[in-house]
Amino acid sequence: MKRLLSIAPLLVAIIAIQLLCAATGTLYYLTQMTMSAYYALLIIGLCVLMGYAGQISLGHGGFFAIGGYISAALTTHNLEPLQENVLVAALNSLGLLHAGVDLYGGTFLVVTPWVACIVAILAAVLISYLIGVPVLKLKGHYLAMATLGFGIIIYRVVLASEYFGEADGISGVPGFTLVPGLTVSGDFSGRIQNYYIAWGLLIIGLILLLNLIDSRVGRALRAIHGSSEAADAMGVNTARFKIQTFVLSAVFAAIAGVFLTHYNGGIGPSEASVMKSVRYVALVAVGGMAHLWGALTMGVLLNFLSLRGVFGSYDDAVFGLILILIMLFAPNGILSLRWRPGLAKQVDEKGDG
Amino acid sequence: MTIELFIQYCFAGLTYGSIYAIVAIGFNIIYNTTGIINFAQGEFVMLGGMISISLLPLMPMPLAIALAVVITMAVGALIEIIFIRWLKNPSVLRMIIITIGLSILIRETAVHIWGEGIRALPYFIGNQVTAISVFGARISPQVLVVIGVCGLMVVALGLFFKTTSVGRQMRACSANRTAAVLCGINTRNMVTFSFVLSAGIGALAGCVMSPITYSEYDIGTGLAIKGFTVAIIGGLGNAGSAVIAGLLLGLIEAFSVSVVPLAFQDAIAIAILLVILFVRPHGLFGSSEAAGLKEF
Amino acid sequence: MNLLQVDQLHKRFGGLHAVSDVSFAVRQGQIKAVIGPNGAGKTTLFNLISGALPVTSGRVIFKGKAIQGKKPYQIASRGIARTYQNIKMFSGMTALENVMVGRHTRSRAGFMASMFNLPGTPAEERAIRAQAMDLLQLLDIADVADIPATSLAFGQQRAVELARALAMEPELLLLDEPAAGLNIYETAEVGRLISKIRDLGITVLLVEHDMSLVMDISDEIVVLSFGQKIAEDLPAAIQQNPDVIKIYLGEE
Ligand SMILES: Nc1ncnc2c1ncn2[C@@H]1O[C@H](COP(=O)(O)OP(=O)(O)OP(=O)(O)O)[C@@H](O)[C@H]1O
Ligand SMILES: [Mg+2]
Repeated sequence: MKRLLSIAPLLVAIIAIQLLCAATGTLYYLTQMTMSAYYALLIIGLCVLMGYAGQISLGHGGFFAIGGYISAALTTHNLEPLQENVLVAALNSLGLLHAGVDLYGGTFLVVTPWVACIVAILAAVLISYLIGVPVLKLKGHYLAMATLGFGIIIYRVVLASEYFGEADGISGVPGFTLVPGLTVSGDFSGRIQNYYIAWGLLIIGLILLLNLIDSRVGRALRAIHGSSEAADAMGVNTARFKIQTFVLSAVFAAIAGVFLTHYNGGIGPSEASVMKSVRYVALVAVGGMAHLWGALTMGVLLNFLSLRGVFGSYDDAVFGLILILIMLFAPNGILSLRWRPGLAKQVDEKGDG
Repeated sequence: MTIELFIQYCFAGLTYGSIYAIVAIGFNIIYNTTGIINFAQGEFVMLGGMISISLLPLMPMPLAIALAVVITMAVGALIEIIFIRWLKNPSVLRMIIITIGLSILIRETAVHIWGEGIRALPYFIGNQVTAISVFGARISPQVLVVIGVCGLMVVALGLFFKTTSVGRQMRACSANRTAAVLCGINTRNMVTFSFVLSAGIGALAGCVMSPITYSEYDIGTGLAIKGFTVAIIGGLGNAGSAVIAGLLLGLIEAFSVSVVPLAFQDAIAIAILLVILFVRPHGLFGSSEAAGLKEF
Repeated sequence: MNLLQVDQLHKRFGGLHAVSDVSFAVRQGQIKAVIGPNGAGKTTLFNLISGALPVTSGRVIFKGKAIQGKKPYQIASRGIARTYQNIKMFSGMTALENVMVGRHTRSRAGFMASMFNLPGTPAEERAIRAQAMDLLQLLDIADVADIPATSLAFGQQRAVELARALAMEPELLLLDEPAAGLNIYETAEVGRLISKIRDLGITVLLVEHDMSLVMDISDEIVVLSFGQKIAEDLPAAIQQNPDVIKIYLGEE
């Protein structure tokens, strides 16, 4: 209940923006607002990992890509020629596949979006766990480089695999019907609906993470960040908490990837690029590291501006500059500048784990 | 595999390997004086190549290269003075993010100056097709230039650190900062100098490799991660083993072409990096105690 | 009955034998003190018992089971709590939150339960908060509950650290110089507090330089010097022990 109250201003803002856009005939803004909401979902997940568990990840674009690409590939690759295959037949008889007719009258058989979405999430869980167990033993530069390396590998894999469309990526991804009447897709008719789906998802994500942070788990995470040795001596299984947070943030990234891919109708390798991962880190940093609301606001705002093309060909440069300026002058995020000036030194005092 | 092919692969491996070694040494120089891993290290290499190519129409090549190296060194100095010098005890996370931001800025500046096209310096000796024969394999003389120049740089750095006063002061800084301060060494200047030095060697490597590997605005990240891999394999901060590790990685990459598709070649270095980090985070040659002392 | 038994415990740092074949036992309900000059290996001994450092050789037996080689969090959940010579607060958290972390091993909510607020989670959270508050009251620092722990006065930080350790409801409490940096009144207060803790049924192993405090409250004393145990006896006997007198006088 208390939680709903704290969310209320956000809800009002969301509805106000939609009504305003409708009233001024600028509904096209909702497209970028929708996409920004999905990116923000990834960013708040990363915020918990970086700000609360104190672990940097320069590879979260990779998890976004895992979600998006798996879901895109499964829902577009025609399985019809493989119909005889035992596995395909079994899936088909379970109702997990979807048969249809394309524009040119050809028939096709693909995995349904729900199943693809679940497979994508499971893949993200599995991969983040396998990567997380060894990687999270590392600290500082080593962790940064290792996660960066992971991101580059994913990038190389999608770029070099025919299955993932190589440099072209995958297009023609169908809409994702969540429940009858609610479909994630880029259709113009569904623009308003999709805006609310995206923001609904983001709010659910936000509530879950706010709950998490206010709980025993959140306290343990902050304790690890505060003094990992003392947390250990208090009985906190630091390794397990770090990995669970890593997996959780990877799942948030993968879900964002799945939804945005269905919304855009496709995905390309740039989603897996190092620059994307760095950008997510930048947004968490701007928001103030351990500050979910900050990460959300900044994530939506800057992504929206970037998607509107406000930064033009300086898009990446802007994010690079933001990273530097924030880290130089406001290591606790842009919000800390005015609202909590006294805490501006905290990041350094804490050091890092 | 024929003997010719084998030798060809060897030379290709040694060429790339020497570049990786130079980038790794660049990492090490800065790491030793500051404890920072400079994620913009690869950008120095890119800058060296790009600037020298732009200067070439105006002057003879040796001069263009020398000037490019000097300009890149100035960039290195500016970076340290503007962004790093005045930070008091910045956390590792903060330094990582700042140097990543710097690498993006340099790269984006480069793309606005030079565009996305691929460029190259002309071959120092002869041209593309000039070749000398080594045991029947045809090797471009530029390959020997790269290996030779990188080798010379390693030797020169070794002498610099051993015999010159500045070099010895820098070593003192890396061994024990507080003690160095007590002995009247200006550690601040040593830090600036370490940026200048590693920018310089990176730029020179970027020039000599340009005819073979080409220069492009975005080669930095790839080089940085490979250079880091090499630095880790050799044990962070250890220049000598970085050379061995660099050549090793170059050779592994070169020979992997016969096993793994070219598109995945980059992934090999990274996979090696990950495996090493998981198994021996303090490097193959580094000792765990040394790694522990550096507080990671 | 012996709650803790240290058996031929040895720790080497390179060529330095920081703890050298040390054996002793702590009986249930006892206050046992470890004393010795600076660098004798007292803190190292605590780090070995609590698992913060791996042992070179020897055994640590707690409640009849060997615990050396276990991770610190495993040892903590078996019922050993500790404080630090150099206070380790959780920075960025309030005094109350610091103590609430101490309830970690005595509560259960995991990721799913916390995110979805599953039944039982809010009640558990309320209980944790109440218990932590009680402990702050016990140590007389309830008024600073909502102040960031790292900005508290030194003595208050020591108290928070102690409350945090007590929140674990440990069977054995390791206190590393709890009175260091405190004035005589505060030191006396700490003495009373430790006795009170013992009366709550918690066994205490104490490292302390303040001899009057040690002599006052401990049931038995172990003396370390250069990593070796040179004496173990009742306080009165330790005061008469020529070896002990020698190392302390030799040191002055
Ligand atoms: N992690 C470590 N690595 C290397 N040497 C260590 C380490 N920890 C402690 N030592 C050394 O072991 C010896 C014992 O140190 P310890 O901290 O246990 O002494 P102490 O009895 O607690 O001293 P004090 O009364 O000053 O707290 C010292 O010589 C110290 O320098
Ligand atoms: Mg001590």
